[in-house]
Amino acid sequence: MRLYLARKVLIYLVTFFVAVTIDWAIPRFMPGDPIQRLLSRMQTQPSGNEVLTSYYTKAFGLDVPIWKQYLNFWAALFHGDLGRSIADFPTTVTELIFGALPYTLALLVPAIILSFWAGNKLGALAARRKTLDNSVLPVSYVLTATPHMWLGMVLAWVFASTLAILPVSGAYGLAIQPSWSFEFVGSFLSHWILPFATLFLVACGGWAIGMRNMIIYELEADYSNYLSALGAPNKLVRRYAYRNALLPQITGLALALGAVVAGAIVVEIVFSYPGLGTLTLSAIQNRDYFLIQGIFLFLITGVLIANFIIDVAYVLVDPRTRVGMQGS
Amino acid sequence: MAVSEPRDVTAVTVGGAPATVEPTSPAGASGAPDAAPIRHRSEFLYFGLRNWKFLFGLSVVLVFLALALFGPLLTDHKPLEFTAPTDQPPSSEYWMGTTSYGQDVFAQFVYGLRSAFLVGVLGGGIAWVIGAAVGFTAGYRGGWLDDVLNMLTNVVLVIPTLAILIIVAAYLNVHGYASEAVLIGLTSWPWAARAVRAQTFSLKTREFVDVARLSGRSTPQIIAREIAPNMSSYLLMMFILLFGGAILIGASLDFLGLGPSESISLGLMMNNAFTSSALLLGSWWWFVPPGIGIIAIVGGLYVMNVGLDEVFNPRLREL
Repeated sequence: MRLYLARKVLIYLVTFFVAVTIDWAIPRFMPGDPIQRLLSRMQTQPSGNEVLTSYYTKAFGLDVPIWKQYLNFWAALFHGDLGRSIADFPTTVTELIFGALPYTLALLVPAIILSFWAGNKLGALAARRKTLDNSVLPVSYVLTATPHMWLGMVLAWVFASTLAILPVSGAYGLAIQPSWSFEFVGSFLSHWILPFATLFLVACGGWAIGMRNMIIYELEADYSNYLSALGAPNKLVRRYAYRNALLPQITGLALALGAVVAGAIVVEIVFSYPGLGTLTLSAIQNRDYFLIQGIFLFLITGVLIANFIIDVAYVLVDPRTRVGMQGS
Repeated sequence: MAVSEPRDVTAVTVGGAPATVEPTSPAGASGAPDAAPIRHRSEFLYFGLRNWKFLFGLSVVLVFLALALFGPLLTDHKPLEFTAPTDQPPSSEYWMGTTSYGQDVFAQFVYGLRSAFLVGVLGGGIAWVIGAAVGFTAGYRGGWLDDVLNMLTNVVLVIPTLAILIIVAAYLNVHGYASEAVLIGLTSWPWAARAVRAQTFSLKTREFVDVARLSGRSTPQIIAREIAPNMSSYLLMMFILLFGGAILIGASLDFLGLGPSESISLGLMMNNAFTSSALLLGSWWWFVPPGIGIIAIVGGLYVMNVGLDEVFNPRLREL
């Protein structure tokens, strides 16, 4: 178990190292001068160019040798210094990201957990049951092939524009200040439900398909046949099959994190939800490069932490990893 | 390592959502590997033409492919011309209505389908080549090369594809769908590499591979002639899933405004509709078709994949 987790942590550390290096290298090694490219896109007045050039040279630390730039980048990172936003000038990138992070987490965490739970249950129910299978499976395939932003736009169009029962943008009503009052929580929930539903539905389809296939596979395994031959009720056999089928699904959860994060980014944009996705879009539109780089690092770190949590969960669920046996 | 891959069942993530390669033993691996390939092919054809999932998925994809290829011939309007009246619902003149800028949505849709197929084939193809190359090398060679490639695979696997594409595309101006497809291909191969590696691992210990090795064949020859043909069904299905995944990722990138802006794509249509408040104006004909197009192509590919799995894997046929 120690070895298992240690190997995983090693991979995550290497990944983090690679991600930071990419983050550092991309502005420096892309063809052309990064500063001139930034300036040409910002369309400033000529008099401002000189000031900005010297600012960027300093900010990127381009006035020192390349190896020193790299070490400086790491040093700044460990001080939590990701630079300052260009569009939102004196605000630091870290402040902006921490302001947006709670909203993204409020969407992502429930969406990931609930879709995993519901999708797996649904898939397990559908497996080897003809009528249910014939309705669950096609719907799941449509859902899993749906682009997040499209489902978000359709839901917003139906529930917010046409039926006008739910708000279309933001995280809470404009007239309310964040507090723990009923009014605020109600407003927050009514804004939260549509982006959440979008993420939930798309992910749910994928889990249902995966679980359905796994259960069919498990029900053909020797232990299932043996149990049935002993006269165990169907329900019991299916319960054991479910437990075994859940293991690859947990591995799949780790693999799916990147896709869910990508989904959250575009869904937030559709609903103008003030999380990291909306921040990413404004950073892209404003060519706010430090902010883009900061968000990149945050997303990677978040995914790495989530991966680690899933690894721990896997150890808890699969006894074989605990006693040192290797699965399979 | 083996703990996280409990069986040679590989739950894989494809672009927007988790999809699953159903438990497939490489075709032929369970039977005699030296069985005449021609008999096999006709057997697959026999079952393929009788599998409604495969046929349904294939025909949906082909219909949209035909629409992408010949659709532009059906309309006189150009996708980016501002010549039509603004905000018209679908009519006999403008089959899918017009945008707030006076562009024909149908023309945009068919040209958008073209870029979707281009990104899918090229992006999926590049990911397929890299994934297969890394998987075969790591699985067959083993040793330190396997360790290095495995680490590389795991690192790229953990980094969210869209996050890395955002940062690359933000610095590098993407000028065409080909370069967008290359970016997607370079980042979405890891799960394929892992799947191929696992399959190669189980195939390389078989007798016929030993025979080939003893007879002095070189490693590339063994991989190309002995190992790859025995998992050709798997490789085909892998390409289909990568194809669909690339389309979904490409649509997200275009929606974020990081794709080429000089031409039209399905993601860019949704971006335009969104930024022009089509939601509030109720111009559903602007943003509904591009999504339907993506769902039809990607969903068609996935369903086709399930059908193929049943064709190649006799255990799944009797469902």
